[in-house]
Amino acid sequence: MQLEVAEKLTVKQAKPKASSAPRRKLDIHFGDRVFYYILKASAWGVVGLLLLMVGLLLDMSWPAFVEFGPKFLINPEWNPWTGEFGALSFVYGTVVSSLIAVALALPVSVGVALFLNELAPTWLARPVGFFVEMLAAIPSIVYGMWGLFVLAPFLRNYLQPFLHETLGFLPLFQGPMLGYGMLAAGIILAVMITPTIASISREVFKAIPLGYREAALGLGATRWEMLKIAVLKTGASGIIGATILGLGRALGETMAVTLVIGNKAHISASLFDTAQTMASVLANEYAEADSDLQLAALTAVGLTLFIVSLFINSIARYVVWQVDKKYAGMGR
Amino acid sequence: MGLQATSFQDRKRKAINIAALGAVLGLAFLAAVPFVLVSGYILVKGIGSVDWAFFTELPKGPGETGGGMANAMAGTGVLVTMACLLGIPWGMATGIYLSEYGHGKTASILRFTVDLLTSVPSIIVGIFVYGLIVVHIGYSSYAGAAALAIIMLPIVARSTEEIMKLIPNSVREAGLALGLPRWKVILRILVPGCMGGLVTGFMLAIARVAGETAPLLFTAFGNQFYSTSLDQPIASLPVQIYNFAKSGFPDLVRQSWAGALVLVGLVFFLNFGTRSLLYLKNRKEIKS
Repeated sequence: MQLEVAEKLTVKQAKPKASSAPRRKLDIHFGDRVFYYILKASAWGVVGLLLLMVGLLLDMSWPAFVEFGPKFLINPEWNPWTGEFGALSFVYGTVVSSLIAVALALPVSVGVALFLNELAPTWLARPVGFFVEMLAAIPSIVYGMWGLFVLAPFLRNYLQPFLHETLGFLPLFQGPMLGYGMLAAGIILAVMITPTIASISREVFKAIPLGYREAALGLGATRWEMLKIAVLKTGASGIIGATILGLGRALGETMAVTLVIGNKAHISASLFDTAQTMASVLANEYAEADSDLQLAALTAVGLTLFIVSLFINSIARYVVWQVDKKYAGMGR
Repeated sequence: MGLQATSFQDRKRKAINIAALGAVLGLAFLAAVPFVLVSGYILVKGIGSVDWAFFTELPKGPGETGGGMANAMAGTGVLVTMACLLGIPWGMATGIYLSEYGHGKTASILRFTVDLLTSVPSIIVGIFVYGLIVVHIGYSSYAGAAALAIIMLPIVARSTEEIMKLIPNSVREAGLALGLPRWKVILRILVPGCMGGLVTGFMLAIARVAGETAPLLFTAFGNQFYSTSLDQPIASLPVQIYNFAKSGFPDLVRQSWAGALVLVGLVFFLNFGTRSLLYLKNRKEIKS
């Protein structure tokens, strides 16, 4: 409070009183004013940077939008030789691989968050929590290598034949068993987004007042019933926010996916098949684009990805904020 | 009758309780498994190839054996240092603004924007810098460093803000009451006072960008040799790992494992080192 007043004094008084104030005082206000405006400029510079990003990408991709119009997003054909560019197969690849990732990562992340926050003794919670946090620190390219040389052969030799035998009547699990492809990308992405979902879920669980748990236990609930009633149901919207944030991370993930997804622009019902995502096509083709139109079309793919991920992240942050607000000051 | 029903229900509830808690335990260990698998495998595959030549020699051509990644490590050093020169001051200034002057609605817009910048996919940052810099001066260290700086910026800003907010207001008031101008209170009292925390934030940001590949693919591009000038393409460890890993030549793949081990080692060292520093410091403060 006092600080706010002080700030207003520094900023507002400086100007009109500058001429009448004694010299020393003027210097003080001058320094403060310069400092304040430098900081303000840097902070608004961040907003400027984001706007410049949108503007520049729009400018660079404009030729593609002029050439193809809105059809760009629903055309599955991507052929640099004939000059026909459509983004649908990449959108499909991004959406499906991210959904596989979320479906696999959500139960694991919520499980680990519940375990670490509610059940585990400290001596166990600390190392397990450390392992999960460190998953977020491993660079994407390293996951990609691991996916390409370890996960893909494992899938080809064990998991894919097994899925094919047991669930092969579904079109999802038919086709050539290559190892790399959509399924491998989804699994790698799941590993990469687990720490994101888990750490935000932990924050959410931490914000739920202890009294909720005590009330449930006091009424005779078993431990699991307590977790279900007091923690999972209360924190549901926070878990949803965490999941959307994880989804946002999966959508934009590039290197790991590029190495394991097989990089072929087509739409296939089989999860065993190769695919291409919006991010991976950029990594593969951007530096080697043959024509200006291809470069513009690639940038348009990038712009689409950019806008989608801004949108997804805005929603997620809004949801998480609401949860924070609801329990602000009520935590333990 | 009623009693029996209750006891049946009780047993059912207990069974569900045990099964569900067991499932939670299983999921928790499942989450820790990938870390052990990934880091263990990299260690096993990479350790044999991390030798003197790896750190000192230039890469050999495809099909030849031997050589190292010295240029890539030097390149990563150059790029990260340059990125710090831009990203840390800008990020710090933004963070200080948000913590010291950031009240009201405009500040929450700024905070939101910084958060959004954190979530921009790194490959998009690469395209942006391509259009901003590479189109004009070509693949260069400048472009690569700019891309990394943009990724560092929001991380540094948010960590600076969080840490400066922990300083009690009485410290600020004491400084102002002595007649110091506000900028001196901030730069001479507040910033030195939480330097340890700020440096932790910088280290985590460095650890993050040191492993970034996607934004460098078409900004710094890559180089088989040492880069002699900042406006030339420059090699970096992650991009070299990527190029070697997908080359298919066994000896290059072998070296990319070594590169991955060095990269993971560096990132863990930065993460673990700063964390344990912070932990030790906190413990000392509590004791005294």
